[in-house]
Amino acid sequence: MAEMKYTEDHEYLRVDGDVATIGITNHAQEQLGDVVFVELPDVGKVCAKGEEAAVVESVKAAAEINAPASGEVVETNSDLESNPGLVNEDPEGGAWFIKLKLSDKSELDGMMDAEAYGKFVAEQS
Amino acid sequence: MSMNRGGRPTSAQGGGSSDSPTFTGNRALMIEEPLLFEVGDISKTGVDLDEPEAHDSRLGSLARSEIGLPGLTEPEVMRHYVRLSQKNFAIDAGIYPLGSCTMKHNPRLNEKMARLPGFGDIHPLQPQSSVQGALELIDTLAAWLLELTGMAGVAMSPKAGAHGEFCGMAAIKAAQLAKGDARSVVLVPESAHGTNPATAALLGYKVRDVPAREDGTVSPDAVKEALGPDVAAIMLTNPNTCGLFERDIVAIADAVHEAGAYFYCDGANFTAIVGKAKPGDLGVDCMHINLHKTFSTPHGGGGPGSGPVVFSDAIAPYAPVPYVVRNGEEFTLVETAGAAKGAKPFGRQTAFHGQMGMFVRALAYMMSHGCDGLRQASEDAVLNANYVRAGLRDVMTQPFGDRVCMHEVLFDDSFLKDTGVTTLDFAKAMIDEGFHPMTMYFPLVVHGAMLIEPTESESKASLDQFIAALRDLVRAAKGNDKERLTGAPHHAPWARLDETRAARQPVLRWSPEKPAEAAE
Amino acid sequence: MRYLPLTDADRQSMLATIGVQDIGELFADIPQDVRLKELVDLPRRAGEMDVERQLGAMAARNTSASSVPFFVGCGAYKHHVPASVDHLIQRSEFLTAYTPYQPEVSQGTLQVLFEFQTQVAMLTGMEVANASMYDGSTACGEAVLMAQRLTRRTRAVLSGGLHPQYRNVVEMLADLTEFPLHALSADPAGDEDLIGAIDDETACVVVQSPDVFGRVRDLSAISAAAHEKGALLIAVVTEVVSLGALKPPGEMGADIVAAEGQSIGVGLNFGGPYVGLLATQRKFTRQMPGRVCGETVDANGKRGFVLTLSTREQHIRREKATSNICTNSGLCALAFTIHLSLLGEAGLMRLARINHANAVVLADALSGIKDVELVTPAFFNEFTIRVPGKGIDTVEALARKGVLGGVPAARLAPDQAGLDDLIIVAATEVNSADDRETYVKALQEVLS
Repeated sequence: MAEMKYTEDHEYLRVDGDVATIGITNHAQEQLGDVVFVELPDVGKVCAKGEEAAVVESVKAAAEINAPASGEVVETNSDLESNPGLVNEDPEGGAWFIKLKLSDKSELDGMMDAEAYGKFVAEQS
Repeated sequence: MSMNRGGRPTSAQGGGSSDSPTFTGNRALMIEEPLLFEVGDISKTGVDLDEPEAHDSRLGSLARSEIGLPGLTEPEVMRHYVRLSQKNFAIDAGIYPLGSCTMKHNPRLNEKMARLPGFGDIHPLQPQSSVQGALELIDTLAAWLLELTGMAGVAMSPKAGAHGEFCGMAAIKAAQLAKGDARSVVLVPESAHGTNPATAALLGYKVRDVPAREDGTVSPDAVKEALGPDVAAIMLTNPNTCGLFERDIVAIADAVHEAGAYFYCDGANFTAIVGKAKPGDLGVDCMHINLHKTFSTPHGGGGPGSGPVVFSDAIAPYAPVPYVVRNGEEFTLVETAGAAKGAKPFGRQTAFHGQMGMFVRALAYMMSHGCDGLRQASEDAVLNANYVRAGLRDVMTQPFGDRVCMHEVLFDDSFLKDTGVTTLDFAKAMIDEGFHPMTMYFPLVVHGAMLIEPTESESKASLDQFIAALRDLVRAAKGNDKERLTGAPHHAPWARLDETRAARQPVLRWSPEKPAEAAE
Repeated sequence: MRYLPLTDADRQSMLATIGVQDIGELFADIPQDVRLKELVDLPRRAGEMDVERQLGAMAARNTSASSVPFFVGCGAYKHHVPASVDHLIQRSEFLTAYTPYQPEVSQGTLQVLFEFQTQVAMLTGMEVANASMYDGSTACGEAVLMAQRLTRRTRAVLSGGLHPQYRNVVEMLADLTEFPLHALSADPAGDEDLIGAIDDETACVVVQSPDVFGRVRDLSAISAAAHEKGALLIAVVTEVVSLGALKPPGEMGADIVAAEGQSIGVGLNFGGPYVGLLATQRKFTRQMPGRVCGETVDANGKRGFVLTLSTREQHIRREKATSNICTNSGLCALAFTIHLSLLGEAGLMRLARINHANAVVLADALSGIKDVELVTPAFFNEFTIRVPGKGIDTVEALARKGVLGGVPAARLAPDQAGLDDLIIVAATEVNSADDRETYVKALQEVLS
């Protein structure tokens, strides 16, 4: 059973064993507006926590997706390269960005669950 | 008495509906125009050239057989580009209040002077003895810029504002490297133009933000907080992008110098203070001057610009080549670092000597105004901006309270709160009223920013109409007439364009295999 | 003052509306001790006639290209520009518009940019082009930075045939942004080993054709060698009229083309403003610097154009932008597009043939003079001759005889060996048979 974690940078991690599927939240895609381009890392790239892993661009903004935890990129979602609009349509489903094999699961400890993230977003707006 | 009641009717009878379709899709003076590639023909040409003289080819095996370029005859070219021109808004047509862009009148004397054969038809690599008047012009413009800014040296070659920023920051880097004092950080306030952090990053610096205080200016304390032995320079725009003069600028400059760093001033808004204050008196080490803003050279739909940079004594020796040296009535162009005596130029930024065509225009503008007219122009620019502020302050909202501004006035979108109308809607509705929109969503530090710069070129009557129209738009936004804004522009030849589509599937050229779809 | 519409009465009433006594109050934020009390030390205002007189006197001290037999090139060329070009670019709607950020009222400029991008792509044989750069030399510098982003390598290799001032621009970038540069020596003989200079760390190799000495070069082998090592080929063209006669870089494997567009539509202007062309392959679009215009539709489905891919640019991306470039060279791009529309393929190819013919005839005549040698066997409209003594002295002596006969190679690169006796000579359609005859006679006299 996968476990959902959220960061203050509006990224989510769907953790299944030691692999986390990472994307941006619905709130994040609303803030960005129409996504027009996604740049993904090479499979095999090893990211330190906080290191830039992907780039997402909308008509009006560009944002870096930083690795929310350390690990190795084991899969990327190439659908996003041909259809970046998927990020707006299904951010927390089909529009995941990368799958990361976590090197230190304790890094997840401080992260929010769905309820806490919901509160966090409400407080921010 | 007999009366002839026939002939031409003299009052409008019927008609006037903008919805009635036409056969051609044209709308009277607004004529649809396809792409050059859809109207041109590969066999046509608009130039008559004689057959070449007999010769043996020296091209070896590299001759070309086809290109695919269509041509047009001269009457067709005139139609094509005149029709296209009619789809542009321009300063000559109406108020163009783009904040921080300084869309002032472009005098036509400037154009005439730039086209004198002695300026427009000379080659950058002719013998210097054959271009003494051109070197004199560059030297004269340089002298005007130095007197107006109170600085010690100037680099004339930068091609535009951002190129000038690079020039200034490169000179600062060279000066510090020469002292063996390599530094890694540049301070940039959040309100800065995007070129500032981009320039710093290009030169390998890390960018450290400096927050603004509540009144929209930078405090010396915040700068002191951010300064350290790793800081090379601060890049500060003054007057700043909120339209405010940085009133503590001298204290900021002192703190920066105290820390062994330099003060780069972005001179994009110099137009507000020409003849009123000299950047050299404010502690500035480098400042670029946008000739296409402050000194009226035309924007031309996005360029060419020109961005000479002035320097303090400390930085001047590191200015790039080329530069002009005056010796009595004789002028010499120093073109290579090796030929620079007593200076340590950081190198060369561009082939040749800069935007000569813009130098002529800028000098014509400056000479026309003179010291008295330049000061009057700055005063009028500031007066006009404050008049717009006074005319709108009770119906629109200002992020830093109602206070005196410089040459541009900044509003935010709080007056639109809960109306369902956005800054973008408001700006697009201005198009329907016959105005170009103001700068919007910049500076980034203000929510829904609207930055209005009327310039000194507007008459009082023009401003009165502008103010009245904006007041009416505010009324519409707050009342039951929102569609006037949310659907705007209603009367432009195009409705809002789909930028998402353009960016998701970029089509950046016409191609013969896949002809662009015909206009509907 | 003729450019300032406000009257003194307007000013008084506006100050009253604002609620201040005098204009000084509006400048109150400027610290008292730095506020200027007096006028700056410059002349007072002047009428049109007066300004014309003063600037006219300066202009009269220069020898214009049209007034003498003129053979100066090296990155800027004297070509005839049809009268309609200058007329059209002075239309207010083009001249006095800003960057087309409001597409509903800027379709004129935007459609021109789309046409410009297409023409540039066709001319260079590439897939896409941007909406112009400052000039050819800065386009060359930006192309190197672009190749570094694309390859994630930094080393750049420069051919010795690259225009020395273009080379200086890249050298300056290498010094200040700190990347390794391998610049080959000036190469008038055309025998440099460029391929041997490309290694596994190389981001790009920069080659100009026709090169600064006028030599036309086949880039195919160089591009193959570069690609073999994972490097990109940047082709530089300083005379775009040559593309009416020569195989374009895109057909010889170029990845990026950086060119100077001045020859088409833009006058000499003593070096600026000019128009830089930057073209590349579609897959590299997102690393291309500068503005770019794209096709789309409006809310009613009508075709229109917008500036696009702007998230690459500094106003959104700030310190992560592909470049700090903001301004392009819009009005010069317009002039280029109009002139090229007038030429069309038929006109451009004929223009190129005339240029080549005039250069061939002149090269043969000059190299027929005793002790004058033609250094470049294959060329387009520019070639290099070797003269006895110093090229600089010969060019000056020719100027005294009323002939502007070329550029002494040593002026461009005084630090390079072997250039002292070389003169780079350009011939275009503006040169008449009389001009050439005058040149040959003058050179004979100077050398005798």
